Amino acid sequence: MDELEAIKVTFFQECEELLADLEGGLLAMQEGVGDIETVNAVFRAVHSIKGGAGAFGLEPLVRFAHVFETLLDAVRSNEVPNTVDLAAVMLRASDVLADHVSAARGLGDVDMAASAAMAAELKAWTDPSAAPPPVAEVSEVAPSQSPAPAVVAADPDALDDDDLGFDFQPMTISIDAQAADAELIPDNVWTVSIRPKSDLYRKANETALLLRELSRLGPIVATMDDSALPTLEFLDAEAAYVTWSVRVETDEGEEAIREVFEFVDGDCELDIVRGEAPVEAALADLLSAIAPPAVEAAPEPAPEPIAVAPAPIVEAPAPVAAPVAAAPTPAAAAPAKVTQADVPGPGQSVIRVDPERIDRLIDLVGELVINQAMLAQRVGEYGIAPSSNLAMGLDELEQLTREIQDSVMAIRAQPVKSVFQRMPRLVREVANMTGKQARLVMDGENTEVDKTVIERLSDPITHMLRNAIDHGLESPDERRAAGKNPEGVVRLAALHRSGRIVIEVQDDGKGINRERVLSIAVKKGLIAPDLQLTDEEIDNLIFLPGFSTADKISDVSGRGVGMDVVKRSVQALGGRISITSRPGLGSTFTLSLPLTLAVLDGMVVDVAGETLVVPLAAIVESLRPKPEEVRPLGPVGSVLAVRDSFVPLIDVGLALGYRTTSPSPTEGVVLLVEGEDGSRAALVADAIHGQRQVVIKSLEQNYQQVEGVAAATILGDGRVALILDVDAVINLRRRESPRPVEPTLIAAE
Amino acid sequence: MNDLTAPVSTERRELISFRVGDQEYCVNIMAVREIRGWSPANPLPQSPSYMRGVINLRGAVLPIMDLAARLGMPMVEPTVRSVFIVVQAGDRMVGLLVDAVSDILSITDDLVQPTPDVACESVRSFVRGIISIEGRMISEISLDRILPEREALAA
Repeated sequence: MDELEAIKVTFFQECEELLADLEGGLLAMQEGVGDIETVNAVFRAVHSIKGGAGAFGLEPLVRFAHVFETLLDAVRSNEVPNTVDLAAVMLRASDVLADHVSAARGLGDVDMAASAAMAAELKAWTDPSAAPPPVAEVSEVAPSQSPAPAVVAADPDALDDDDLGFDFQPMTISIDAQAADAELIPDNVWTVSIRPKSDLYRKANETALLLRELSRLGPIVATMDDSALPTLEFLDAEAAYVTWSVRVETDEGEEAIREVFEFVDGDCELDIVRGEAPVEAALADLLSAIAPPAVEAAPEPAPEPIAVAPAPIVEAPAPVAAPVAAAPTPAAAAPAKVTQADVPGPGQSVIRVDPERIDRLIDLVGELVINQAMLAQRVGEYGIAPSSNLAMGLDELEQLTREIQDSVMAIRAQPVKSVFQRMPRLVREVANMTGKQARLVMDGENTEVDKTVIERLSDPITHMLRNAIDHGLESPDERRAAGKNPEGVVRLAALHRSGRIVIEVQDDGKGINRERVLSIAVKKGLIAPDLQLTDEEIDNLIFLPGFSTADKISDVSGRGVGMDVVKRSVQALGGRISITSRPGLGSTFTLSLPLTLAVLDGMVVDVAGETLVVPLAAIVESLRPKPEEVRPLGPVGSVLAVRDSFVPLIDVGLALGYRTTSPSPTEGVVLLVEGEDGSRAALVADAIHGQRQVVIKSLEQNYQQVEGVAAATILGDGRVALILDVDAVINLRRRESPRPVEPTLIAAE
Repeated sequence: MNDLTAPVSTERRELISFRVGDQEYCVNIMAVREIRGWSPANPLPQSPSYMRGVINLRGAVLPIMDLAARLGMPMVEPTVRSVFIVVQAGDRMVGLLVDAVSDILSITDDLVQPTPDVACESVRSFVRGIISIEGRMISEISLDRILPEREALAA
């Protein structure tokens, strides 16, 4: 990371704080409790973001911030009344600003149309008379000789104004209506290039005054070139960096223009040329920016074509609106149905709450659940009849506790949209990289899931999408040959199913080549060669560690991170992932996760004197094995006969290293569990204490992940109990066995 | 990078000293969250021997580390006098099982001597320096190194 990048990282961190300040201030204003200091703080926040963004050349951000800042400045000076409605508008503007910041940071896209609309709305507040709809504004502004007042905003805000010894104030200079005819009478048009030296400022002269003086001669259009402006760290406060190109329309002649600069003679380089060539060039830039870019233009049609020009800040907001209105979807390659961000309207009452407060509440409710369980346990110990008032009261308490917990969890629930929104871009990029054509269709973006799960969804989805495009979809030629549309469709869907969230990634590609998968698996020694597998089992072989079907390692998915890693990380969250495939028609990845990572229904068991919790979702049944059902297999192993199949017996105490010899399974209890891959095992525990809802506590927070343990919880008696990672326990044992997949295990399925 | 508090100033700082076996160690008092009496911990499977297990600290799961074992000395069975010192190590909290807390020292950095080379590997990496005060030798524990690196099981 070079120095600039490091500074940029700091800048974005600051941005986050500033955005939070901004939001806080605006909320105060909306509630009518904001005083002038609040307005100032809000102004400073936007100003600082704009200043920093300018230093890094983040054009779209600067432009939006500038409009925002202009309005805030007007509020500050009481030109625009500070009303509740205004605060609501500005709150929405702050959301757009936050989007811009994220976009500049490379996290997510800005809805440029929404941004342009917002900018227009902000402008409408500063100047109520000129409240043109954004699109109309574009067409008006395009020929810049239009009679609209030209705003000469000399505003190098990346610097503190005083540092350079001159003070720029945005000044408004009206241009005559005749200006529109300028091209017809070029005789009276002059282009003045002003390149001030630092001496100019040292002698207390000021460019703004020169410009004002020039404007007395006739209408002017001034363009500031700040391209020579260094970043703040290299800035010499005493030096002169900005230059000006001024188009003057005057009948006074060159002498009159020179006279303006009489006092700064020698302190600034001056070029006075008849005509307006440079302005035309700038205009051409503007016009090209407005022209709709071709659909198959650059992969990332950057929404800031103006950036190539030396940052002319003339009529700053206009260029923002321009390219957007013309080409609202730069996502042409993958026009997904991304809905606009939910911006709460002013009438809608929305409470913004610090997420930490909600987390705290959830923690507290978790404690409440533990306490309630403890109470129930104690009462149970006293042998109180279930029909007694006390027991019934406790039942009601339990129900209420559950309801409170559900309600609190609902507060933290978020639509998966926030994750889905990032995907169209990913699909575009991967498609470009692999030379494939892909269209992303998204479904169920509003499906809600707990925030803790949302954060973990992004990686698996990213991986599955990459895989679907890279391995699933065929090249356009292959698709044509197969009689398909050359453009492949990848469908990303979210839905709720039986208390879990299900994410599906479906492609209409070639499907899994089972023969190849099978031969690779055999070749890599992942399965025994003579194994008979069903189609589904073959498909799911791709999740085995060490399996990769790509013929060559590609940039996209072959980074040594295979589907097995995705599967493991999903399982670590208590999720499942599987694939179904139909040859020639495509494959579907299905990922299911619990709706929350905060609570879990579990079976409390005793193993070698330790209390453990086994996730209920994994348990198929629990039983006390009869001696004739336990059959030894091989030197140490044994299997359990469950109806017609044989399931390997695993002593949990042995697997976790709590003991070195396992007692006879007939003395304990057996939990028949099913792993995420559908493989079954019989876990031997010493005793079962019953079923309980437990609050999940991370081990990683203060320690690290522990193999065989998914997390920890705190039981009613205040002691810690570890939550068993069923799959890891099955795998722990498998790893010790000589062959990776035992035939008995497969047969048992 | 780790040593933000490297001995550069003569500012006074306070340390809590404690006994591990027959040796004295100390940690910066600013890192200490609380000191608690010993209570049995739930053992963690597949963990190094110096990890005693986890306990419930007001709703948080706190790992307990046997400091003697971590420093390569034999594990001592906890007694009624044993305590664990809850310290902040980086972004994690951990309880250090020690035999007894001695006192609070107020020192300046010039009293800290570098760890002598004769020390064994684990001591060299976990001891920041040695403080000689009133004829006692007290080793200052480097908290950011004492916890094992988080293993990234799921990349």
